[in-house]
Amino acid sequence: MADHVEALRAASRRDEARREDAAPGSYAVWRFCRQKPLGALGGLIVVVLVLMAALAPWIAHYAYDETLRGARMKPPSGQFWMGTDNLGRDMWSRVVYGARVSVTVGFGAVLIANMLGTTIGITSGYFGGKYDICVQRVVDAWQSFPFLVVILSIMAVLGPGLLNVVLALGVIGAANASRVIRGTTISVMENVYVESARAIGCGHLRIMVRHILPNVVGTIIVLATIGLGAFILAESALSFLGFGVPPPYPSWGAMLSGAGRSFFYQAPWMAIYPGLAISLTVFGFNMLGDAVRDVLDPRLRGAGGRLR
Amino acid sequence: MRKYVLRRLVVAIPSLLIASFIVFSLPRLLPGDVVQLMLEERAYGKDLEDLRAKLGLDRPIYIQYGEWLGRVVRGHLGESLWTKRPVIEELTRRLPVSLKLGFLALAFSISIALPIGILAAIRQDTLADYIARSLAILGLSIPGFWLATLAVVVPAIWWGWSPPIQFTEFSTDPWAHVLQFLLPAFILGIASSAAIMRLTRAALLEVLRQDYVRTAWAKGARERSVILKHALKNALIPVITVLGIQIAQILGGTVIFELIFGLPGMGRFLFDAINQRDYPVIQGINLLIVSVVVLMNLLVDACYAVLDPRIRY
Repeated sequence: MADHVEALRAASRRDEARREDAAPGSYAVWRFCRQKPLGALGGLIVVVLVLMAALAPWIAHYAYDETLRGARMKPPSGQFWMGTDNLGRDMWSRVVYGARVSVTVGFGAVLIANMLGTTIGITSGYFGGKYDICVQRVVDAWQSFPFLVVILSIMAVLGPGLLNVVLALGVIGAANASRVIRGTTISVMENVYVESARAIGCGHLRIMVRHILPNVVGTIIVLATIGLGAFILAESALSFLGFGVPPPYPSWGAMLSGAGRSFFYQAPWMAIYPGLAISLTVFGFNMLGDAVRDVLDPRLRGAGGRLR
Repeated sequence: MRKYVLRRLVVAIPSLLIASFIVFSLPRLLPGDVVQLMLEERAYGKDLEDLRAKLGLDRPIYIQYGEWLGRVVRGHLGESLWTKRPVIEELTRRLPVSLKLGFLALAFSISIALPIGILAAIRQDTLADYIARSLAILGLSIPGFWLATLAVVVPAIWWGWSPPIQFTEFSTDPWAHVLQFLLPAFILGIASSAAIMRLTRAALLEVLRQDYVRTAWAKGARERSVILKHALKNALIPVITVLGIQIAQILGGTVIFELIFGLPGMGRFLFDAINQRDYPVIQGINLLIVSVVVLMNLLVDACYAVLDPRIRY
């Protein structure tokens, strides 16, 4: 018992020391940029993307569905930065508005996946036993589907639409997230403070929320940053197949599919810019995710990057 | 070893059963059921209830599931609601196309990923390493369907040539048959090669810091021998795990690539079936895919024992 008390005291002293060490916000960001320049580049891309989505009406030159008379398939120029499509719509405006879809889907799906995954993962790791076995068998079954196959089936059930894409991707991502969080929970449970919390009579809920959750937050943040890119990529594939956000609202994936495809030969810019936007965005999130993982939780190296 | 594989098979059964129920019930939740769709298309002139009864869709879902499972175990996957042809017949015709595409993609991805991953690890923090890592993240970021689209469009604009999008049977022209798989398989393989490369590098770096590797260096083994004989074999264990995951990803990816390159495989079959709400076809394909993935994971586990003598079951 005395050992435990001593260990607890030492741990709390260490925590205090660490808290004093912790840099204030702006300095921490500066240090991150110096240590992880590629991660910082990724962060910059992400910031630009979010700004683009938020300020779309001011950045875009035209409305996303505005058909400009006599401007069918015009090549990129000073007036139309990325050219126009087969219906005479400005590609730059459509790409800018498309950022909204990507940002919404990315953050929305990550939110759902991580909330569901955290709940399932922590309870499964904490309670163990039969509950854990049952939950893990369902997760197994869920994970044995290739993601595109499940999501096509789910989207066919839900029908196309922004909210449905977010829901479907979130539910699929939850299985993966719950696996990782369950693992972290089990290793956190080994700690003395969980045992002492139980000893002083804390309820299950209190132990899970107050003692385990704060210690898996690092893992959750890493999963979220890596997941964002994967979800945006998945949304584009889904829209490409016609199960994503319905037209005329521009989604980068959808801009690469459908009736426009036959015009790519005469107007290659229609094919180039939306794909470039997807690649750059996902590249940014992946770079940032990698760097955040290295800083917060190096054990997760090699995880994630893409939904399967 | 045999005991372990048997035990794993038994554990896989509940997962497969749950998966089969998901497979069975998902397509039934599709809005606008097939009966309405068929009547609208005037494929059948009779009234709704009649057709529903004929297709067996009027009974409770658990009875349908029980009957379906019973038939599946005996190897009957039912017949397509539209073409009336047995699903199993259609699948055996289309499976080889997807398998060829999948295995070729996997072969491409491994043969790109392993050498680059090894190089990046043994030359850590050099220019080669940075280039390899950046390329890998790029490979994870570029959507395959975009690359595939560019691969069709760009040569057509520059050289007036585009890869074949008409399917050629092996019997008509064996050479053209093989050729048409190369490009889609290569692009499909890029994404998974990036994932495998990253993991190979990370795993090898970890193993290279182990004592036995230092011992190997100390006793004067050549670099080639240290890396390939001592280190790589142990580094490959996590890589094999990811390979199992990559197989699932590649199988899913075939949907998009078969559509773009006009290959009549399973992925395209699934896409059409979902659009037509052809339950037996959707179920048959999903069940097949899930079984392949579960089987692959089992194979992956069995591979561990071969690679690492310390793992004994």
